[in-house]
Amino acid sequence: MQVPAPFDYVRATSVGNTLELLERHGPESRVVAGGHSLLPMMKLRLARPEWLIDINDVAELRHITEEPDRLRVGSLTRHAALLASDVVGRLFPIVHDAEKVIADPVVRNRGTIGGSLGQADPAEDLTTVCDVLRASVVIAGPGGERVVDMAEFHRGPYETACEQHELITEVRFPIRPRMGSAYEKVERRVGDWAVGAAGAAVQMADDGTIADAAIGLTALGLEGLATEVAAVLVGQRPSEDLITEAGRLAAAASSPVEDQRGPVDYKRHLADELTRRVLRRALDRVGATVPAA
Amino acid sequence: MQVTMTVNGTEVTRDVEPRLLLVHFLRDTLRLTGTHWGCDTSNCGTCVVLVDGEPVKSCTALAAMTDGHDVRTVEGMARNGTLDPVQQGFMEEHGLQCGFCTPGMMLTARALLDRNPDPDEGEIREAISGQICRCTGYATIVRSVQWAAAHPAAATTEQEVTT
Ligand SMILES: Cc1cc2nc3c(=O)[nH]c(=O)nc-3n(C[C@H](O)[C@H](O)[C@H](O)COP(=O)(O)OP(=O)(O)OC[C@H]3O[C@@H](n4cnc5c(N)ncnc54)[C@H](O)[C@@H]3O)c2cc1C
Ligand code: FES
Ligand code: FES
Repeated sequence: MQVPAPFDYVRATSVGNTLELLERHGPESRVVAGGHSLLPMMKLRLARPEWLIDINDVAELRHITEEPDRLRVGSLTRHAALLASDVVGRLFPIVHDAEKVIADPVVRNRGTIGGSLGQADPAEDLTTVCDVLRASVVIAGPGGERVVDMAEFHRGPYETACEQHELITEVRFPIRPRMGSAYEKVERRVGDWAVGAAGAAVQMADDGTIADAAIGLTALGLEGLATEVAAVLVGQRPSEDLITEAGRLAAAASSPVEDQRGPVDYKRHLADELTRRVLRRALDRVGATVPAA
Repeated sequence: MQVTMTVNGTEVTRDVEPRLLLVHFLRDTLRLTGTHWGCDTSNCGTCVVLVDGEPVKSCTALAAMTDGHDVRTVEGMARNGTLDPVQQGFMEEHGLQCGFCTPGMMLTARALLDRNPDPDEGEIREAISGQICRCTGYATIVRSVQWAAAHPAAATTEQEVTT
């Protein structure tokens, strides 16, 4: 039987109150959102906070707001709410691609976007999604609010720019015209973490060339975007040869490690294959269907 | 600390340690052992209960986090001696063998039907995809939920069922 080490529990009522509680209870206090990463770690005693600050009642963290040039998503937004949102699906189909395969429907009722980014598990899916959508993260702290881009936010496995006494309040996704996006993951069974996954976002120019491209990989040993892949895509017209080259470069940029989910060769093959698939689908979604070779 | 919540329509207040998991609060503190406890790692789904109408894995929730909320367990499915159509469907269509996964399966099915009274097979399989059954191969579980969908007002008293 797995039992967390003893701790004290308090419910926060607002963002300001959360920050006060974090300050009052000091370095051994942690916020809990869905609890679906933190509680399992506490049960295994890999995490032993002395104070747990429950943010589930903080209503101002739960919103999906469309503005002309960006979508604002509150950090306490559940996976299930992202998946149920028509606005999210219309603007960023990649989020729905990913949410369909994050954990299972029951876990998705609890887990949140803020908790996912905050946990920064190397196999966590939304970090890649936020990377390729060029999202930014709003962090509230004692000195006020700051907005950081994903490159600055995500420092590596289990490490982010959000300090212990700070709170992720919102994730912002820029809305860009003529943009397509897609995500695909290979998992051993429903609810499992990725063996490997890839995400792509492309923006088309008026003349039918690719104006901007972003490719990211999950669980395949690449932090941040695959810039080499974007470099060959931008300025080009979509073609089969271009997609083949992008897959090859993504595999080269990956550095997977062997584990119980698969050997290195197989994972590198996934980086190639999944990159080609998501790129093709992202282009298709923006109406830039690749002519058959 | 003290927690107060509604469990199967009745308000309960208890003193608990903040670290007490909801599954143990239900099984050990309230002695509602219909909620099963399996993997302890949020994978099997046998511990699923409804919190404010939504399926939640109770091995991965604190009783403290459920303070002030509405909880429904398998013991709360039958109403006034009448089985829930989902329970009746599991009987009619042989939706269980050993019964270990059954409480979680039935509550998830109940929540699905509340949201979507006429799900297709794919939607049923998706809804229960976070829950593991080692006996049935799932086919009879799917049929049980379909039976419940087809008989939304099934009203068999427990008396009739047992005779
Ligand atoms: C069985 C299972 C399978 C899963 N499969 C997948 C999967 O395939 N893909 C995937 O991506 N994820 C998966 N997950 C993880 C799931 O998505 C979690 O819900 C998510 O990682 C954490 O979200 P949470 O709200 O539960 O965070 P919590 O567990 O509450 O918190 C996680 C961490 O983030 C911090 N935190 C939470 N909110 C904030 C905030 N607003 N500001 C600052 N810090 C914060 C906490 O202090 C903690 O350190 C799985 C989880 C389970 C249990
Ligand atoms: S005991 Fe909770 S999911 Fe298995
Ligand atoms: S009936 Fe035995 S595990 Fe489902």
